[in-house]
Amino acid sequence: MDPNQAAIHPELTEPEVLKDAEAKVFYATQWQLMWWKFRKHKAAMAALVIVVMMYLGAFFAPMIAPYRADERHRGYVYVPPQKIRFYDEQGFSLRPFVYPLRQEIDMETMQRHFIEDPTTRVPIHFFVRGSSYKLLGLFPADIHLFGAEDGKVFLFGTDDLGRDMFSRILFGGQISMSIGLVGVFLSLFLGLLFGGISGYYGGAVDNVIQRVIEVLRSFPTIPLWMALSAALPPDLSPIGVYMGITIILSLIGWTALGRQVRGKVLAIKNEDFVIAARLSGTSEPRIILSHLIPSFMSHIIASLTLAIPSMILAETSLSFLGIGLRPPVVSWGVMLQKAQNVHALMMAPWLLIPGIFVILYVLAFNFLGDGLRDAADPYGN
Amino acid sequence: MLRYIAKRLLNMIPMLILISIISFIIIQLPPGSYLHTMMAELRAAGDQISMDQIEALRIHYSLDQPVHIQYLNWVKGIITEGNFGFSFEWNRPVKHLIWERLALSLVVSVSSLLVSWIVAFPIAILSALKKHTFLDYFLTFVGFLGLSTPNFMLALILMYISSVFFGFSVGGLFSPEYLMAPWSAAKVVDLLKHLWVPMVVIGTSGTAGLIRVLRNNLLDELGKPYVVAARSKGIGIARLTFKYPVRIALIPFISTVGWQLPQMISGEAVTATVLSLPTAAPLLLGALRSQDMYLAGSFLLLLSSLTMIGTLISDILLVLVDPRIRYE
Repeated sequence: MDPNQAAIHPELTEPEVLKDAEAKVFYATQWQLMWWKFRKHKAAMAALVIVVMMYLGAFFAPMIAPYRADERHRGYVYVPPQKIRFYDEQGFSLRPFVYPLRQEIDMETMQRHFIEDPTTRVPIHFFVRGSSYKLLGLFPADIHLFGAEDGKVFLFGTDDLGRDMFSRILFGGQISMSIGLVGVFLSLFLGLLFGGISGYYGGAVDNVIQRVIEVLRSFPTIPLWMALSAALPPDLSPIGVYMGITIILSLIGWTALGRQVRGKVLAIKNEDFVIAARLSGTSEPRIILSHLIPSFMSHIIASLTLAIPSMILAETSLSFLGIGLRPPVVSWGVMLQKAQNVHALMMAPWLLIPGIFVILYVLAFNFLGDGLRDAADPYGN
Repeated sequence: MLRYIAKRLLNMIPMLILISIISFIIIQLPPGSYLHTMMAELRAAGDQISMDQIEALRIHYSLDQPVHIQYLNWVKGIITEGNFGFSFEWNRPVKHLIWERLALSLVVSVSSLLVSWIVAFPIAILSALKKHTFLDYFLTFVGFLGLSTPNFMLALILMYISSVFFGFSVGGLFSPEYLMAPWSAAKVVDLLKHLWVPMVVIGTSGTAGLIRVLRNNLLDELGKPYVVAARSKGIGIARLTFKYPVRIALIPFISTVGWQLPQMISGEAVTATVLSLPTAAPLLLGALRSQDMYLAGSFLLLLSSLTMIGTLISDILLVLVDPRIRYE
């Protein structure tokens, strides 16, 4: 509280006034108000928890995953997801276990499939030693969250090369979930730049930028993305392709943000506090950076959150079509490419599991963005 | 009104020019040209090509001219004789390849748009009338689920379900016997039988956004004094809602076409590839993979022009339907 105010109104400093929950609203900062409002949105809170958990999973992927992403298990092709059990005929066991797998050939259809062997148990141990990795790229380690020391454990089954789907989904999440974030930040930069210029200066500049945005928006995005990513040189390194795809996604993704920023700038550029700043001789970049941007930042964050889903959907679709990221890079879209035809799907429906993670991620971000958008305007109802 | 339409049409010209430039840049983007690919293929096949032959090919495809001349030639060809260039891969003029596929793309996209309207309309009204109830939250969630599911994922799931549980495979737009047949009433019926799968797949992705806009509009409208006054005079909620607020809340159906149509064409592009529909997208994808750039660029140009025309039509309809909008 302002000390001067306290001197004029001594009753305001009395403790019972401060304790009053109603009064708290009056001296809360804007961000506090937003947080309180956001907290009331239960779906958004749940979404926030899911998003944080998914990012933690991707962050600690090498530790949580029992195997490396490219580790092939010979003789374990198209293993269906294994059931984790706690009891069977031999009784209950606190330590979860799976049954070992035996391959059999169906003499009628000549197809191989796996059956569980219920006579022995493969216990699942926690914090086991396995393949070595570098945590956060720095600390060498070989502890994995769980694993089967005398056998294999495939929570989500394996793919056509005998690679563990669960581990690959975790590692794929690193790529898929970061491409959206990086893409959104590039879009944010472009959107702030062009939207800001457009709204602040108006006139002919505004007109040109708005027409360009209109043209970019009238291109159906997927065909345009397809065309641009097909133009990436085929001999580009995996990192180069990753950067290329991100840039392509944000080249079109910024338009919605640019419009938002322009609208907000138009709305507040003639507010009293901005005029006051201008009259007192503040330079234009400073007005933009320290007066305009902070006052609409909350709205921008909300629309950024809502822009992330379209990025990951685009990456997944492009990779699925074979013109986005390419193996050996692991992303959810690259993994889903294996599920492209009906025969593979009939053989191994679990190849669709990465898609469930895409849906979960996009769904969570949609709810999160929804809650943020409501919270961004804490004074509205 | 006529002045408004004329102004909008004039406005479209610079935008079409921009679109054609972007399309042409994309044609030029891939490193090397189809000529290089073709020469490499000929060499690999053991054919000897002389420098003269290469030069002849270069002149034939006017690859020896500067880029802006190539662009002007391309645009001139399109405007004067509907000539979009030559598809190197198919060894045929582009114009012989694209129209039927584009028409099918348009059929699929527009019918998906209709599906998203038909689905969104009752859901949005229910959600608005029963706001903040379990039903409202549930319907909103389902809408979001549709929005969050990638089109190809939904297509794959439908393919899986139909072949595992119903024992037939979905895919394509025609049965084999109609594939090459000329257009007839039976072929149209056959098309309709196949069309529902892509319609459902693509339609669901657009539904959520529409539900949201429609529900919010309806809620605004339901809170207005005239609604309260009518209620207090004893008009039933159903009759009242359908007579006034719904009519006004319907406006977004038209005003959202501008962004729904590109979205539908985008969705169509991915879905068509998964379901192997004979529409523009699979051909575009193939053209992009083999760097058959005139074909790819022409598709891009036409798809974008179509969306632009769609937006124009929706804007004109909007002015006709909603007298509150000024001609600007």
